[in-house]
Amino acid sequence: MPDPVLSLRQLDAYYGDFQALFGIDMEIAAGEVVAIIGANGAGKTTLLRSIAGLLTNEAAKIVYHGDGIGALRADQVAGKGIALVPEGRQLFPSLSVVENLMIGAQTGRAGPWSIDKIYALFPILKERKDQASTTLSGGQQQMVAIGRALMANPDVILFDEISLGLAPVIIKSIYDALPDIVGDGMTAMIVEQDISKALSVSSRVYCLQEGRVSLTGATDSVSRDDITRAYFGVEA
Amino acid sequence: MDWVSAILQGTLLGGLYALFAAGLSLIFGVMRLVNIAHGDLIVLAAYMGLSTTVMLGVHPFMALLIVMPAMAGIGYVLQRGILNRTLGDDILPPLLVTFGLSVIIQNALLEAYSADPQKMNAGVIETAGVSLGGLTLGVLPLVTFAIAVAVIAGLQFIFYRTALGRAFRATSDNSDIAQLMGLNKAHVFGMAMALALAVTAIAGILLGVRTSFDPSVGGARLIFGFEAVIIGGLGNLWGTLAGGVILGVAQTLGAKIDPGWQLLAGHVAFLVVLAIRPQGLFPRVTH
Repeated sequence: MPDPVLSLRQLDAYYGDFQALFGIDMEIAAGEVVAIIGANGAGKTTLLRSIAGLLTNEAAKIVYHGDGIGALRADQVAGKGIALVPEGRQLFPSLSVVENLMIGAQTGRAGPWSIDKIYALFPILKERKDQASTTLSGGQQQMVAIGRALMANPDVILFDEISLGLAPVIIKSIYDALPDIVGDGMTAMIVEQDISKALSVSSRVYCLQEGRVSLTGATDSVSRDDITRAYFGVEA
Repeated sequence: MDWVSAILQGTLLGGLYALFAAGLSLIFGVMRLVNIAHGDLIVLAAYMGLSTTVMLGVHPFMALLIVMPAMAGIGYVLQRGILNRTLGDDILPPLLVTFGLSVIIQNALLEAYSADPQKMNAGVIETAGVSLGGLTLGVLPLVTFAIAVAVIAGLQFIFYRTALGRAFRATSDNSDIAQLMGLNKAHVFGMAMALALAVTAIAGILLGVRTSFDPSVGGARLIFGFEAVIIGGLGNLWGTLAGGVILGVAQTLGAKIDPGWQLLAGHVAFLVVLAIRPQGLFPRVTH
């Protein structure tokens, strides 16, 4: 494997006394698309929140381009080029569609993504740009959430449950857009409940179970049985 | 004609109250912080204006060039040094800390300037008047009102048309997600307090030109500010101006009936609004 852009070294995470992640090790190469699957409560969202800096850690536990970033605040992590598309979209209700997108550019990082490129990717957003973000449909909101993350021109983009609560046809259109998004050599981690969707766009998969990695491998090398076992922790 | 005059005077007075209130409204809107020391910060600004005019021999309005940036700097340091540490799920710590701050400011001013009432001298503008169809309005109240409108319009512009305002609104909506966008919450809050205290500087100077002041008058300014914010509706700056005007008119009409009723009439108007429309007259429209 080439030099990893992002590695996790024995990453733990806690909510108060409750430990959500136990010694997670991961290596993600530049340009890779990695799927993170697992049941509810397995620690997938916690994993992304830890990487994004919403949960802080010892610096050396998250290494990005050779620097320990585990102890940085979320805004500092964002400035270094890691963007999170949060679960449930989480748009800013007081901001219009275009403002939601523009705030993604707050980090000031240069790169291929601009407001015009977002509009080219999701043309409906241009029509709706001055509307309040709350007036959009769920799928359109998800487009804004993705566009907002892309506006930061990240090196690594983290998707948390992008299909959650959306109609299948919308999910399909968003997944159809993914190759355009990660095609520019962007590194992506995709957390997803829908296993087949996750596997269809990724080259490698990690399965989490109760805060630990229970399975990892190239997407085409893991069998359905392996996944079932790793997912539920039972002998299938 | 006397009544019309009273209403007009009250409206203009409301401009000053809106200036007291704008800073309160802004920081509550951005960070849900209720600043008990706000009135004392207004008085602090008035004293800073006084010292500036005395030392440099300049007009109080010119003193704004020094007092505004100074107050903004104090606001930023205060927010990042102290107030940010008090913000969280519990609303009590910021109340207690700003109350303590209020006591500290009052006593520091008492040490530095004594309890003697002071006043800034703004020259002819204080007594100048203009006649409008049989009514005479003071130039200073007119200027104050115009400044209030300009300040509210300016804040409105910053809030809805600039990157800073976007950062304020985003952080107010969801500070975690705003942080993910690269906005440092501590800095955004510092900027909000800096802006609020820059407005407070204007309010303090206009207060010190209009009436005499001493270190103890901050509490009443805080109440007037609060009442204007609540009457107008939380989070709506134009509503705050309307709230200030309603409060001012109620006070001048009260004073017209009986001079002793001035303050009481203002409080009664506030209570009536609170009883009938607890959300205020113009609460923030959900955008």
